[in-house]
Amino acid sequence: MRVDLEVNGVHQSLDGVTPGESLLYLLRERVGLPGSKNACEQGECGSCTVYLDGTAVCACLVAAGQARGSAVVTVEGLADGEELHPVQRAFVDAGAVQCGFCTPGLVVAVHDLLARSADPGEPEIREALAGNLCRCTGYEKIFDAVRLAAGRAR
Amino acid sequence: MTTTLHATERQGVGESARRPDAVSKVRGDFAFSSDLWHDRMVWGATVRSPHPHARLLSIDPAGALELPGVHAVLTAADVPGHNRYGLERRDQPVLAEDRVRYIGEPVAVVAADTPELARRAAALVRVSYAELPALTDPETALTGPVLHEGGNLVKHLRIRRGTVAEADVVVTGEYEVGMQDQAFLGPESCLAVPGEDAGVDLYCSTQWLHVDQDQLAECLALPKDRVRLTLAGVGGAFGGREDLSVQAHACLLALRLGRPVKMSYGREESFAGHVHRHPARMRYEHGATRDGKLLYVKADILLDGGAYASTSAAVTGNAGCFATGPYEVPAVEVDCRSVYTNNPPAGAMRGFGAVQVCFGHESQMDRLAAALGMDPVELRLRNAVGTGSVMATGQRVEGPAPVAELLRRVAAKPLPPPPGELLPGGTSNSTRAEGLRRGVGYGVSVKNICKSAGYDDFGTARVRVFAHDGEVFAEVHTAAAEVGQGLVTVQAQIARTELALERVTVLPADTAVGDAGTSSASRQTWMSGGAVRAACAAVRARLLERAAALLGEPVEALAYGGEASAAAAVSTASGRAVTLADLLAAADVDETAVFRHRRTRALDPETGQGDAHVAYAFAAHRAVVDVDPELGSVRVVEIACAQDVGKAINPAAVEGQMHGGIAQGLGLALMEEVLVRDGRILNPSFTDYLIPTTMDMPPTVLDILELPRPDSPYGLTGVGEPPLLSAPAAVAAAIRDAIGGALDRIPATPEAVARAANRFP
Repeated sequence: MRVDLEVNGVHQSLDGVTPGESLLYLLRERVGLPGSKNACEQGECGSCTVYLDGTAVCACLVAAGQARGSAVVTVEGLADGEELHPVQRAFVDAGAVQCGFCTPGLVVAVHDLLARSADPGEPEIREALAGNLCRCTGYEKIFDAVRLAAGRAR
Repeated sequence: MTTTLHATERQGVGESARRPDAVSKVRGDFAFSSDLWHDRMVWGATVRSPHPHARLLSIDPAGALELPGVHAVLTAADVPGHNRYGLERRDQPVLAEDRVRYIGEPVAVVAADTPELARRAAALVRVSYAELPALTDPETALTGPVLHEGGNLVKHLRIRRGTVAEADVVVTGEYEVGMQDQAFLGPESCLAVPGEDAGVDLYCSTQWLHVDQDQLAECLALPKDRVRLTLAGVGGAFGGREDLSVQAHACLLALRLGRPVKMSYGREESFAGHVHRHPARMRYEHGATRDGKLLYVKADILLDGGAYASTSAAVTGNAGCFATGPYEVPAVEVDCRSVYTNNPPAGAMRGFGAVQVCFGHESQMDRLAAALGMDPVELRLRNAVGTGSVMATGQRVEGPAPVAELLRRVAAKPLPPPPGELLPGGTSNSTRAEGLRRGVGYGVSVKNICKSAGYDDFGTARVRVFAHDGEVFAEVHTAAAEVGQGLVTVQAQIARTELALERVTVLPADTAVGDAGTSSASRQTWMSGGAVRAACAAVRARLLERAAALLGEPVEALAYGGEASAAAAVSTASGRAVTLADLLAAADVDETAVFRHRRTRALDPETGQGDAHVAYAFAAHRAVVDVDPELGSVRVVEIACAQDVGKAINPAAVEGQMHGGIAQGLGLALMEEVLVRDGRILNPSFTDYLIPTTMDMPPTVLDILELPRPDSPYGLTGVGEPPLLSAPAAVAAAIRDAIGGALDRIPATPEAVARAANRFP
């Protein structure tokens, strides 16, 4: 089937999409945006978090066909050209990146959290990121990054 | 020759330099091995055994090959070289021949246009088996069906030291540790590209490029220079990428088809696709005097090695060596065995045998403290090793051994406030805090750093310095695997410091440069860092030789200044100077160095005595928990960890290693277990295999000691493993303290905790 959608502001018209395909596969293999990650492909790890019409979702749980006519924003769409988004900058500055496989999903999840709540407290941060697994950092420096990004925005 | 280094150079040794790959990782641009793409690329998928033990009768690929877009189905008959691989023993077939030994063992590989089609084709390959009795209980391994030539005993380490004397107080215990998964987030994946020389270029995730290359060259029947490996982005490792997974399969398909082949496991397949931490059963007996001095320790440890050897022998050696913990013990009787079974293969995971026995020896120390009516911290302090102490293997501890100091530090931290918003049971709000009990527990630990027992362990680094447009640059090239730990940062920091240059680039790791050894055993900063440092010293020496020639003065009269000073080399005699640009005008300087640590020896096979280890690293943990004894739910309130790192080359990265190690330790203590029944993994997903989330991880309190070693670069010691080692033991001890019951198995699931708290059978 054909899927028309907008990804990071660019219209994409994709032919030959199969019914079994996820939005994650479409983004990674057809659009050529592998930033959204494939750590579990069953909605448990959050590494594929993207915005679908403004809502943060696991791209692995969305059938490619469901995304027809939607506007998708991925981690690759957050920076302004060479200029990192403040959330991305905070991850770099806080040392919140190790292997980096969870990072794109967490960057989108934190972007989403701070858009809803400019100055989240610790319980709110923990709850908001509970769907994003990280195996390297123990999350501490990720919390630091959230606080840093929120603080800089004040 | 004297060397003047500048204390103020930026992003050098001892600073929290930023990762050079952090920007591309936050942008989503960093290319992990699962992100690679190539023109004309096809996808591989694996056909796996559904039986734990069976004879392989026939393989019929017809159904798969009929599908349009399916290009090949390969079996053992298509392996051109030696159809065996393995880190310690080449006992594992690339593709099964006449027999399968575990559920998930690769039997055939398929290539097709898309991953979905490849998986569908794999399901259509018809394999017939004759099932054999499966050996799934390691206790019966020595009497059950023989799985490998030579029998089912992989390794037996026997330690006999001193004479077991009669003790005032004797405590015994039996303990178990479940099978933990590394659960790295980046799935096993690679891209194999056939080369014009009938060789192959492989871009993969691994912990050790050269040992992959050795095994692949044998399997593919190619000279090593035609099996070229480049490290792709690695999404975590933790021991689970020491063994081959997709590498040989993708190369086989690529060479057969003359097309690039990509492979990438899904999460379920990943659970079958890499080794796990050895499940352990441990029987201990400790004897002590009435005033709490250990007299002897007896330990009998059984590790389930699963179907193939992997690193079981080395893990067994480690578990045995550290079975008595970081304590002075006059008499030791340790028997540590690993066996083959038809369970999924076990191998390396962060801590490498020392984690399991730490739960054993620390549980025993608490039991002994209770029997003596002594404070558990005090009992540990009375027996802790220090510099000059003798370990169970008879080796004297050289270098810093601040076990008592580490323990005192965590014990002195203020205790966290009483239960607040976050209660056991998390967001399900199942606890209302009425029956809540708080507990505090301790653990101390020891592990070897670098390779042991006579292994010729080395790292290689190449450093090139060159001038371009009036600026001076350095390139560092090693084959050392950056797996997330920050090695790439550390290599650049060392070059900046040693060369007093700012513009340092670390090239991608590949097999075009010499062997770096493995990114495991907490060894890479020491070994590859040492090699980078040595290569930089060679570069400096070469630059000074050039300066001596230009100035017509002896090398001994010159001092190296690097970039920070206006002069690269200054004569201390005449005061004349030359710049780096002058020295590099005619040619680059390009030096390669190999760095070795001191030799170790194998242990005596009868007594287990000998100087087998280069260095020991130590850590101490204190865990504070809240437990709902009726529900068995546990919330870890705080974990304090003190660790001696010798020298923090990058303090922020050290903290990151400690946070992550503590998290994996908490996971093993409370929730992480690969459940295996009749050889089958019951929970191969992140839905059913739980790793700690933001809701599980408590705040941590870190205390980093920097007591320099005399025998390592900058005095550093390995950092990666110690923060995990005694975390599970401390959490378990804290739960016992809270509930007042025995807890002899980890992970301590809510069921187990409730049972222990309520004295249910």
